[in-house]
Amino acid sequence: MPAVRTVEAMMLGKLDWSAIPFGQPIPLIAGAVVLVAILAVLIWVVVKGHLPYLWHEWITSVDHKRIGVMYILLASVMLLRGGSDAIMMRIQQAVAYQSQGYLPPEHYNQIFSAHGTIMIFFTAMPFVIGLMNLVVPLQLGVRDVAFPTLNSVGFWLTATGALLVNISLVVGEFARTGWLAFPPLSELSYSPGVGVDYYAWSLQISGVGTLVAGINLVTTVLKLRTKGMNYLRMPMFCWTTLASNLLIVAAFPILTATLAMLLLDRYLGFHFFTNEAGGNVMMFMNLIWAWGHPEVYILVLPAFGIFSEVVSTFSGKALFGYRSMVLATMAICVISFMVWLHHFFTMGAGPDVNAIFGIASMIIAVPTGVKIYNWLFTMYGGRIRFATPMLWAVGFMVTFIIGGLTGVLVAVPPADFMLHNSMFLVAHFHNVIIGGVLFGAFAGFEYWFPKAFGFRLDERWGKRAFWFTFTGFYVTFVPLYVAGMLGMTRRLQHYEVAAWRPWMIVAAFGMAVLTIGVICQIMQLVVSIRNREALRDRTGDPWDGRSLEWATSSPPPVFNFAFHPDVRGEDAYWDMKVAAQQQSLDHTAPEYHDIEMPKNSPTGFVCAFFATIMGFALIWHIWWMVILGGIGAIATFVVFAWRDHDEYVIPAAEVARIDRINLEERRGLVSMAGMI
Amino acid sequence: MNLLDPQGPVAAANSTILVDSVFIMLAIVVPTIIAILAFAFWFRASNPKAKFQPDFVYSGRVEMVVWAIPALTVILLGGVAWIGSHKLDPAAPVPGTGSPVRIQAVSLDWKWLFIYPDQRIATVNTLTVPAGAELNFQLTSSSVMNVFFIPQLGSMIYSMNGMVTRLNLRADNEGKLQGLGAHFSGDGFPDMMFDVNVISPLAFPDWVAATAKSGAVLNEESYTKLMQQGIERGRPTYRLDDPRLFDLIATQHIPPGPGPELISDAGRPHSGGHDAR
Repeated sequence: MPAVRTVEAMMLGKLDWSAIPFGQPIPLIAGAVVLVAILAVLIWVVVKGHLPYLWHEWITSVDHKRIGVMYILLASVMLLRGGSDAIMMRIQQAVAYQSQGYLPPEHYNQIFSAHGTIMIFFTAMPFVIGLMNLVVPLQLGVRDVAFPTLNSVGFWLTATGALLVNISLVVGEFARTGWLAFPPLSELSYSPGVGVDYYAWSLQISGVGTLVAGINLVTTVLKLRTKGMNYLRMPMFCWTTLASNLLIVAAFPILTATLAMLLLDRYLGFHFFTNEAGGNVMMFMNLIWAWGHPEVYILVLPAFGIFSEVVSTFSGKALFGYRSMVLATMAICVISFMVWLHHFFTMGAGPDVNAIFGIASMIIAVPTGVKIYNWLFTMYGGRIRFATPMLWAVGFMVTFIIGGLTGVLVAVPPADFMLHNSMFLVAHFHNVIIGGVLFGAFAGFEYWFPKAFGFRLDERWGKRAFWFTFTGFYVTFVPLYVAGMLGMTRRLQHYEVAAWRPWMIVAAFGMAVLTIGVICQIMQLVVSIRNREALRDRTGDPWDGRSLEWATSSPPPVFNFAFHPDVRGEDAYWDMKVAAQQQSLDHTAPEYHDIEMPKNSPTGFVCAFFATIMGFALIWHIWWMVILGGIGAIATFVVFAWRDHDEYVIPAAEVARIDRINLEERRGLVSMAGMI
Repeated sequence: MNLLDPQGPVAAANSTILVDSVFIMLAIVVPTIIAILAFAFWFRASNPKAKFQPDFVYSGRVEMVVWAIPALTVILLGGVAWIGSHKLDPAAPVPGTGSPVRIQAVSLDWKWLFIYPDQRIATVNTLTVPAGAELNFQLTSSSVMNVFFIPQLGSMIYSMNGMVTRLNLRADNEGKLQGLGAHFSGDGFPDMMFDVNVISPLAFPDWVAATAKSGAVLNEESYTKLMQQGIERGRPTYRLDDPRLFDLIATQHIPPGPGPELISDAGRPHSGGHDAR
C-alpha cells in the first residue's frame, strides 16, 4: 500500500477525488453547466467545420484587431462569471441576517475573493487592453503593433490565467482570503488549501501576459506613428494608452515580485511575510498597494481616453483644452505612484506620513477634475447627438464625480479612520470602477463595434442597457454607502445588526436591475447580429468621426491603410474630410505598393497551452508535469526564434482592389462632410 | 453603530471632519453635475436655439478656472487633512476624567480578548469601560491581521502579530455600544463582533471586583487553548495570572496561533470551516 501511495503522490501530487466538491451543489452544478456549454460549442465548431477558420483566422492570428476582439470576448465572458459571483454575494447579504444565509463561510469567502480577482484581472484589464489593441494602431495610422506575435502571446497567457481561476471552481478551491490575499492569512499555516496557489499562479501567468501587452503598446505609441503624427497630434485615447501602459510596465513587475515572495513562503518555506522568523506582513501591504494603486489608473486612464473620443465626436467638436488634457493625463500617471499608503492609514503610521499621503491622494483629484471640466466645455457649444456611447459618457461624468467625492473623502485620514474597510469603501471603489472603467468599456464597445465588425449595434437595446445599468448601479451602491455609515464592514458572511438589513435588501434589488442591464446588453448583441444587414456601415465612418480609425473601411483590411496617412494636425481625419470638401477631391489614381504583413503564428496559443499545464501542475505539486509544461513553453519560444520567414506579401493589385472598394463606398460620405 | 451618532470625542471629531469635507466638496460637485446635465440638454443637436461653436476648443481663461477650482478645493481639504491627521492621531492621548484605563486587546481566531493588566482581569468578546475616562488601547494579534473598531467611539486601528499598535479613545455616555473586527480574518470573521458596555466610573471598580472573582484563570496555558480557531458564543471572563501576558504574546514568546488543524491530501482543510458554522 505505501508504495502505491508514493507512486500516486508522484503522479498526481496533492490531487485526488476529494478535490471535486461532490458535497457542494452550487459549484458542481455551475461547473457542469459551463462544461456542457463548452463541450456543445466545441462539438458545434467541429461538426460545422469551423475549426480551420477559427484556427487560421483567430487563434493563430497576430492581427491587432483580431487580438483586440478576442481580449474583449474574454472580458465579456468573465464579466458574466464575476457578475454571477456578485449576484450570489448580494443575495447572501440580503438573507444572512441572524442566520447563515445559503452560503457557508468557506464558500462565501471564495466567492468574494474570486469576484474581485476576476473583475479586476480578467474583466476590466482585458476589456481596456482589448480596446487599446483594436483602436490604437488605427488611430496612429499604422499597419500593426510593434510586436505582433508577442501581442498574441500576451493575450493567450491572460486567457490561461482566467482558465485556471475557473478550473478552481470544480477542481479544488479558490482563495478564501480576499482578492489581494493578505498574509499572514494567505500563508501556508492559515490557508493550507490550494486556493491561494490558484490565485497566485493565475496572476503570475496572466501578469506576464499583461506586462508584454504593456511593453508592446508603449513601443507602438512611441515608435510607430504615421507621417506627421507627432505627440501633440495624437488622439487623446493614444495618450491615455501611453500613460496606462507606462504604468503597466512600471507596476506589474512589483506585483510579480510580491506574489513570487508569497509563493516562496508557501512552497519553499521562506519567511518574507510570515509571522515567524522575521517575516513582515506590512511589507506585503506596501508592495501590493505600490502595484495596486497604479492599477486603478491603469484601468481608468484608458476609460478617460474613450470618453474624450466619444464626447468630442458626438458633440461635433474637437476636444476642449487638448494640451491641458495631455498634461492632466501624464500628471495622473506620475502622481498615481506616490499615494499607495492611503490604503492603510489605519495601520499605525504617524500623523505626518498619513497627512502627506492623504494630500498627495487629493492632488490626483486636480487633474481628474480638470478632465471633467474639459469634457464639459467640449459639450459647450457643441451639437450633441445622444447615441448610446454618448449616454454612457454623460452617465459616467455624473457618476464619476460622486465617486471622486467619496474618494477624496476617504483620502482625509481622520475620515478614513472611520471608513476604512467599510461598505462605504466598497461602494466608493465600485462607484469609480463601474462608473468609470465599466461605463468606459461599454462606451468604447458601442463606439468601436462598427469599426471592428462593419455594422452598428442596435440603439434601442443599447439605450435600455444604459438606463438599467445606470439605475441599477445607484440602487445597488447607494445603500452600501449608507450601510458603511452605519458601521458595516466588508466581507461579512452574516450579521446580527438589524439596521443594516434593509439596505442589504435594497442593494440586492439593485443587483437585479443591474442584471437586467446586462441582459439588455446581450440582447443588443443578438438583435444586432440578426439585423446586421440593416445596420451595415459601408462608409467606415458611422459616427462622423474625427480620428484616423474612421479613415479606413469597417472592418479594416488586414493592413489597415493602403497608404500611410499624412497627418497635418489634431483630429487628423476630420481635417482630411474638411480638406476633401474644400478641394472637391481630385481623383488621381494612386499608385499602390506591395505590403508586407506579419504571418500568423501559433506561438501564443501553444505557449499558453504549456503554461496552463505548468500552472495547474504547480498548484497541485505534480512536479513531472511542471517540468513538462516548462520545457514545452520554452521550446515554443525557441522554435519561434528559429523561424525563417515571419512576413508575407500582399501584392499591390490586391491592395488596390481592396482600397478601391473602400474609396467607392466612402465617396458619398466625403462629399457630405465638412459642410459645417 | 451610526457613525454620525458619536459617543466620544474621537468619533465626534472624526465625523465632524467627515461631514465638513463632504460639504466642502458638494459646493463644487453639485454645480458641476448641474452644469453637465444642463450643457448636455441645451446643446442637444435638436435644439435650434443653441449656438454651435465648433471653434471653441481653447480658452486660457477657462483653463485657468478649471485648474484653479479643483486646486483650491484640494488646498482647503489638504489643510483639513493635515490638521486632522495630527489632532486625531490614534496614538495621541485623549484626556479624560479620573485615571486612564489600560486595555490590551488581542485579536484571536475568531474572538477578541481584552486584558486589563492593572485590574488583573480579562474578558472575551465584551469590553467594559468607565464613561469619561481615557482609554489607552494596546493591540496585537494572535495570528492573522485584524482591525479593532468601535464605530461610535471613532478611529480604528490594525492588530498584527508580533507588533503592538496604539489607540486612545474615550466614551462619554453610559450605554451599550458595539465593536467589530474590520479586516477579514478567515471563516469565523463575521462572529468577531463584540459588546461594549460603557458604565459609570463609580460602578467600574465593582465590575472589576466581580470579574476578578471569576473562577477561570488566564495564563499561558489557558490562552493557548483560547487562541485555537473557533467561535466563542459566550462572554467568558478571567482572572489574569500574569500581567505581562500581553507582552509575551506581542513578543511571540507565545508562538502565533496554529491555524486550521487537519488537512486532507487534496488541500481542503477539514477543520476551521466547520467550526465557523
